Amino acid sequence: MSKGERAKSVGRRNFLKGAALAGAAGLAPPLASKARAADTPPKPVTPLPNAQTAQAEAGAAAHAAAPLTGGKSGGDLMVDVFKQLKFEYFFSNPGSSFRGLQDSVIDYGGNKDPEFIMCCHEESSVGMAHGYAKIEGRPAGVLAHGTVGLQHASMGVYNAFCDRVPVYIVIGNGIDATKRRPGVEWIHTVQDAASMVRDYTKWDDQPGSLQHFVESAVRAYKIATTPPYEPVLLVADSELQENPIKPDETFYIPKLPNTVPPQGDSAAVAECARMLVAAENPVILADRCARTPKGVALLVELAELLQAPVVDQGGRMNFPNRHPLNQSGRARGLVSQADVIVGLELTDFWGATHGYRDQLERTSWPDTKQGAKLVSISSVDLFTRSNYQDFERFEDVDLAITGDAEATLPALIEAVKRQITADHKSAYEGRGKKMAAAHKGLFERAKMDATYGWDASPISTARLCAELWAVIKDDDWSLVSPTGSVSNWPQRLWNMDKHHQFIGGPGGYGVGYGLPAATGAAVANKKHGRLTVSIQNDGDLMYAPGALWTQAHHKIPILSVMHNNRAYHQEVMHLQRMANRHNRGIDTARIGTAIVNPEIDFAKLAQSMGVHGEGPITDPKDLGPALQRAAAIVKRGEPALVDVVTQPR
Amino acid sequence: MRTFLCIPAAALALTVFSSGAWAQSAAPAGDAAHGQQLFAADGCYQCHGYVGQGGNAGLRLGPPPIAYEAFTEQLRHPRAEMPPYEAKILPDKDAADIYAYLQSLPKPPAVKDVPLLNNL
Repeated sequence: MSKGERAKSVGRRNFLKGAALAGAAGLAPPLASKARAADTPPKPVTPLPNAQTAQAEAGAAAHAAAPLTGGKSGGDLMVDVFKQLKFEYFFSNPGSSFRGLQDSVIDYGGNKDPEFIMCCHEESSVGMAHGYAKIEGRPAGVLAHGTVGLQHASMGVYNAFCDRVPVYIVIGNGIDATKRRPGVEWIHTVQDAASMVRDYTKWDDQPGSLQHFVESAVRAYKIATTPPYEPVLLVADSELQENPIKPDETFYIPKLPNTVPPQGDSAAVAECARMLVAAENPVILADRCARTPKGVALLVELAELLQAPVVDQGGRMNFPNRHPLNQSGRARGLVSQADVIVGLELTDFWGATHGYRDQLERTSWPDTKQGAKLVSISSVDLFTRSNYQDFERFEDVDLAITGDAEATLPALIEAVKRQITADHKSAYEGRGKKMAAAHKGLFERAKMDATYGWDASPISTARLCAELWAVIKDDDWSLVSPTGSVSNWPQRLWNMDKHHQFIGGPGGYGVGYGLPAATGAAVANKKHGRLTVSIQNDGDLMYAPGALWTQAHHKIPILSVMHNNRAYHQEVMHLQRMANRHNRGIDTARIGTAIVNPEIDFAKLAQSMGVHGEGPITDPKDLGPALQRAAAIVKRGEPALVDVVTQPR
Repeated sequence: MRTFLCIPAAALALTVFSSGAWAQSAAPAGDAAHGQQLFAADGCYQCHGYVGQGGNAGLRLGPPPIAYEAFTEQLRHPRAEMPPYEAKILPDKDAADIYAYLQSLPKPPAVKDVPLLNNL
């Protein structure tokens, strides 16, 4: 833009800036005045008005001269790109630094594809996008302030990073200092906005033009959705969002390439197949292996070919839990007997193959037997950062195949097929029978274990999960919460065989993930007509209870069943451990960890935000009917919450 | 994905349930009601549940409980992850009361008598 053009196009920001400059000039030190005088024409030396007067006077003149409305804006073009990328939702708490883009999403884009989902906290926005992506297999957008919004969002971003989930974050920021409104807009501006989360995002950019934005928007999507999936961040400059596009300006939106996930090296895959086929006691460990439903089918095919046990570590729904080869309840025993262990997208291979004792003197030992061969197949090897330590202890494996596990499975299956002989099949048959018997034993054991404390109050987590299963089992259900804090009873008692029936945990173990992620997953499940259920921890809910309002406001059908043990119970146990270790205060572990005095009435909390709420339920006999009532409401398309006072784990 | 503070089941099976390795002898008389209070106050419930039913943070404690000697040995010198309860912080009398509480717990219903567990 030439100086002449700039003079003609006095936009809203230039008008305000002019007024502010005039006011500031009266207070400027002589040196600054001289510097400006050197490159600007001389001005009359009449006294300058104060800022308010200048704004009022100049404002009147500028109003007369400046256009007040324009046509298509930069934000509209951004929405064109988002539509081409097939975004369904943008989760956001509103903020002025992206007001232009929000207006474009709503008024230019028709608030559909993407639809603006209103959140009450940016951490919730990211959490919802996190949950959405794990159900839908592709990212949702997040809109946030470049400063305070991203600061709120950062823990959620870290969770998504550790969980290998694509979240597409767009933040507003005013790059050009001469265009910023005085006051808050300066405070809400940052020189390098992405730096705060750069350690735990895969890519970011701060485009300087609309064409640059368009290309970076497509690039960001491609990077986020190429395994390992990770969050990405784009800075949308406020001026680019708000200013009109000139009638003669044209833009090119590149197409999103059909990106193929990286597959492991063929020779290495053949070697892995050779080890598996020859193994007497192979074990397959899977954490985030199944990115898609196809991943589950492939893992079943591989396991059945070898009649090899599978331990599903639960980062995703990797393997049907009623399949006879699912041996997740026997992980340590199998690892200790294995001669070949193949880990598929494991978070912590070392932890899966070692014992660890957290006592005064921390000790560890290998669980594997001498000579056992370890193979990892993981895309995370392609993208390891150094600052945050989510990469865990170094995995002492024999063969590390760098590649996406799901994408590598077809080649591994074919290689295994080529090497299996009739003798192998005979041996595998015997192994399969042993596994089936062990699996049956695990299931019978689970039922028996569930009877202990069956009628207890607080209600046992086994009873809670059994009652919930009875309510949902005949529907197309989707459990969108982690299960560790309820002793993994869903995996032990329920019948999970579909990829969307379990989505794993937060990844970064950042508390406050649960409610937002479940909400986002329910948004994704809505169009599929699934019954979304979440076993919601009490402490987690209190981080971002506003997500309940989002559920009600947007009519998101989800059944939240409170696991209300009235504590940050993990920390109760940690504090107990410290007190015992120091031989003191063994009866004080609940100070600073228990959520009591007062006890939270989650039903009323839900009701206050327009969500059906029942409870607190303390008698197990009352639980089933309450769940039935709540599920009926959810099936009508609305959210419901049942508060259940529970045993700790 | 690991579960934090999750006790390896195999290790505990060796430590807690190997009651056969211990000589069976009568437990000292204890006050079950006081033991129930201590079970909650001293944190036993945190991993084992309020009625000792167990979970992924701690093993089931009965009914019936393991032999008293095995119980006190695990209490004082735990293997695996359990925090140690030395006599200084949990006197023998309190340990006996907790044991009496564990002895007082009723047997659970049989699986066949729980309809929900027969329709999984």
